[in-house]
Amino acid sequence: MVAFTLNGKAVSVEADSSTPLLWVIRDQLKLTGTKYGCGAGLCGACTVHVNGAAVRSCTTQISAVAGKRVVTIEGLSPTSSHPLQKAWIAEQVPQCGYCQSGQIMKAAELLAANPKPTRAQIVSHMNGNICRCGTYHRIAAAIERAAREG
Amino acid sequence: MTAKLKPGFDISRRTFLKGAGGLTFCVALGADGIRLISEAEAQGAARTMNAWVRIAPDGVVTILSPGAEMGQGSMTSLALILAEEMDADWSKVAIEWAPADAKVYGYTMRNQRIMHIVGSRAVMLYFNDLRIAGVQVRKVLLANAAEKWGVSPASLQTEPGVVIDPVSGRRMSYGEIASFARVPSPLPTVDKSELTLKNQFRLIGKPVPRRDYPAKVNGTAKYAIDVDLPGMAYATAKHSPVQGGEPDNWNDARIKAMPGVIATMRLSDGVAVIADSFPQAMAARAALEVNWKKGAKAEGFDSEAALKETYAKIHADPAAKTQTLDSKGDAKAAFSSATKLYKAEFRSDYGYHAQMEPLNAVARFNASGDRVEVWEGSQAPDASRAAVAKALGFGLEQVTLHQCYLGGGFGRRTLGDYAAEAARIAHEVKRPVKLVWTREEDIAHGMFRPQSFQCLEAALDKDGKVAGWTHCVVGDGGGLLQSGIRIPYYQVPNQHIEARGVSHGIRLKNWRAVGHVFNVFAIESFVDQMAVDQRMDPVEFRFQRMSITPRARAVFEKAAQMSDWKAPRPAGRALGISISERAGSLGTGVAEISLDRTSGKIRVHKVWLAVDGGLIVQPEMARANIESGIVFGLSSVLHERATIKGGAVEQSNFHDYHVLRMSDMPEEMHVAFVDRDAAPSGLGEIGNPWVAAAVANAFYRLTGKRLNHMPFTPARVLETLKA
Repeated sequence: MVAFTLNGKAVSVEADSSTPLLWVIRDQLKLTGTKYGCGAGLCGACTVHVNGAAVRSCTTQISAVAGKRVVTIEGLSPTSSHPLQKAWIAEQVPQCGYCQSGQIMKAAELLAANPKPTRAQIVSHMNGNICRCGTYHRIAAAIERAAREG
Repeated sequence: MTAKLKPGFDISRRTFLKGAGGLTFCVALGADGIRLISEAEAQGAARTMNAWVRIAPDGVVTILSPGAEMGQGSMTSLALILAEEMDADWSKVAIEWAPADAKVYGYTMRNQRIMHIVGSRAVMLYFNDLRIAGVQVRKVLLANAAEKWGVSPASLQTEPGVVIDPVSGRRMSYGEIASFARVPSPLPTVDKSELTLKNQFRLIGKPVPRRDYPAKVNGTAKYAIDVDLPGMAYATAKHSPVQGGEPDNWNDARIKAMPGVIATMRLSDGVAVIADSFPQAMAARAALEVNWKKGAKAEGFDSEAALKETYAKIHADPAAKTQTLDSKGDAKAAFSSATKLYKAEFRSDYGYHAQMEPLNAVARFNASGDRVEVWEGSQAPDASRAAVAKALGFGLEQVTLHQCYLGGGFGRRTLGDYAAEAARIAHEVKRPVKLVWTREEDIAHGMFRPQSFQCLEAALDKDGKVAGWTHCVVGDGGGLLQSGIRIPYYQVPNQHIEARGVSHGIRLKNWRAVGHVFNVFAIESFVDQMAVDQRMDPVEFRFQRMSITPRARAVFEKAAQMSDWKAPRPAGRALGISISERAGSLGTGVAEISLDRTSGKIRVHKVWLAVDGGLIVQPEMARANIESGIVFGLSSVLHERATIKGGAVEQSNFHDYHVLRMSDMPEEMHVAFVDRDAAPSGLGEIGNPWVAAAVANAFYRLTGKRLNHMPFTPARVLETLKA
């Protein structure tokens, strides 16, 4: 049994301690906004926050989040109105959309630490997250918009 | 087109989805394409059918969209085309997926009705049918309002979602009309003159946001991988590493003893493991030790050796089997009377789709086991449904395909192979099953853009014009190898274009413009080589020496203007230019690059692309789609490389199959449309094929060396610099 908070709610799950957090979130706790892309920490589609830090849930063992605060895309804003979510729509970012939960969670980590990032800081921070549709320019523009408009 | 169906029309299914008191229009096929018919006609038909447009008394208009949504936006744009012509209030339009029934919802191509959303076809091929269907709905609404008011339909007008009587000022909403309306049988005919004029469009060509955005920023967009069913088991598979191999035996007892493992299952070309959870299924897959039968065709295949030696030998062999793709004039005569001859060879590697969502599907049977539902994100739901039926020995009517969002497609997802696999597994274990291929499996069992060898030759006549042109492509893949090899934008009088096929037993597939990627690289690099040798500006060379068409000239002029082509660039930077045709569209692009001569890394700083795509239905969506193509092109040109050794794919995940990341992005990317009064042509693949040659041509300007093998990896760049 591993207990932690997920999007502000206390949860406890039965899972082998080495089970990746990703599958616990998706298949046991039924929050499917967090995606499986590579299973090896290479693409960022599975990015969630653990105690405020963006981590790759596909390579994070469930035992490592015991007692911690986990936030997924579903918990970023109760009304889908986080400045990044609004900016993502304003800049018309998503295409296939599959990577975007991870992109937004990664970007949210950046803005929490650095409310006015430069373009270079954005690129450096976001470089681990792959978007196969190539929406990178719009992602960067959306982060800048969110920083500007809050 | 008339709404009256010609004898022999085909109606295949019925589910009247009519809401309480609402109005249902039905779709059926005539010889000319999709059209609406009245409910009375539908009920009179021997067989049954589906609704296409529904109007509820509250005014909500539900439009079924046949556009698989893999990022390009066609789910929205197809519904929008119909909404434009019926003058619907877009804020009250709901979009649903059209059922996987090509007889009703397909477009016609080569006398076949299909739903394949590939080759940039969605808007291009559904455009006319959807417009006519929209006009018919509007005419029925007008007729009903006119009858109610006792006036002539011709005296009435519509505003979005409302019929208006301009004489009396009366108004009636579409929802109100739906509560009493009758659909006449047959439906009114539609003349082309009744279509909305271009300058009166209020949705087409206007900035209308895509409908899938909200769900794609809050995690609620449903992909097949997100489907969750009660009692569902999780499956994954290990297919033969040597493509086409069959399993002989495996460590079955050990696998079955692993935690959570429910079953193992023999597949024709692999082994599936089924478990209570996906991590358990993945662990079982990792522990699988399979002995594969010998004799797969791909056994021993070495892609690098084939590309380096075999293909060139085939090209040099006068007895090699040759397929002529295009031939005009007398190429031989043009070469024998030439004042100058050119020749060049090019190579390209295999490419992998790398769609972000690993391939997956969910299947569930009914209690009696004679009907199956399958959830998949499919570029061809009709083909998926057929593949599932075939795998199970079922009739089509026993299979329901639920379309989902696609986490990328790029040409891979038209076969339903993994959907069929999921259905077979669910049948075997008698439980709902979610099958997910791991990323490693997705690559190892990938289907690739073919590798190629190409040789081009050209002959100049006494005026220095290109009078003779030959192009030979060698490789595996039939039509996949040949797309984009023709040069309709250059009317060189004497041409001979051919393909020489080989067969390696490697699985190949469409891949965002597929053959265009390497054929256009070769063609446009070769043209640049001639321009340089003739000491001419490459744009001027095309205008004066290549018999360029006026349409192609216009996109060159636009791209030159956008990029300020003749202006000097900063030290260490250079421009390259290139054109591509795809799905009726033309695109000329310019790339500005620099080079790190120590590392061999090319950096693309700026990109400009001028596109002639006819009428642009959704400008911002189209722009985003083309930007995506450009990035896809840059990725394939700078990084992407799959290799096969001993018949097995050598790459396994994103650490060794590199795709472009944010740090590789150009600082600027500009897309502009050339305004031309023509029907929409394809845009999903006009963004990528031109990129390779433009980058290679810019590289030549920087270094005096030709890159002739894509991708232009740093190692290859360093080799080229040394040569």
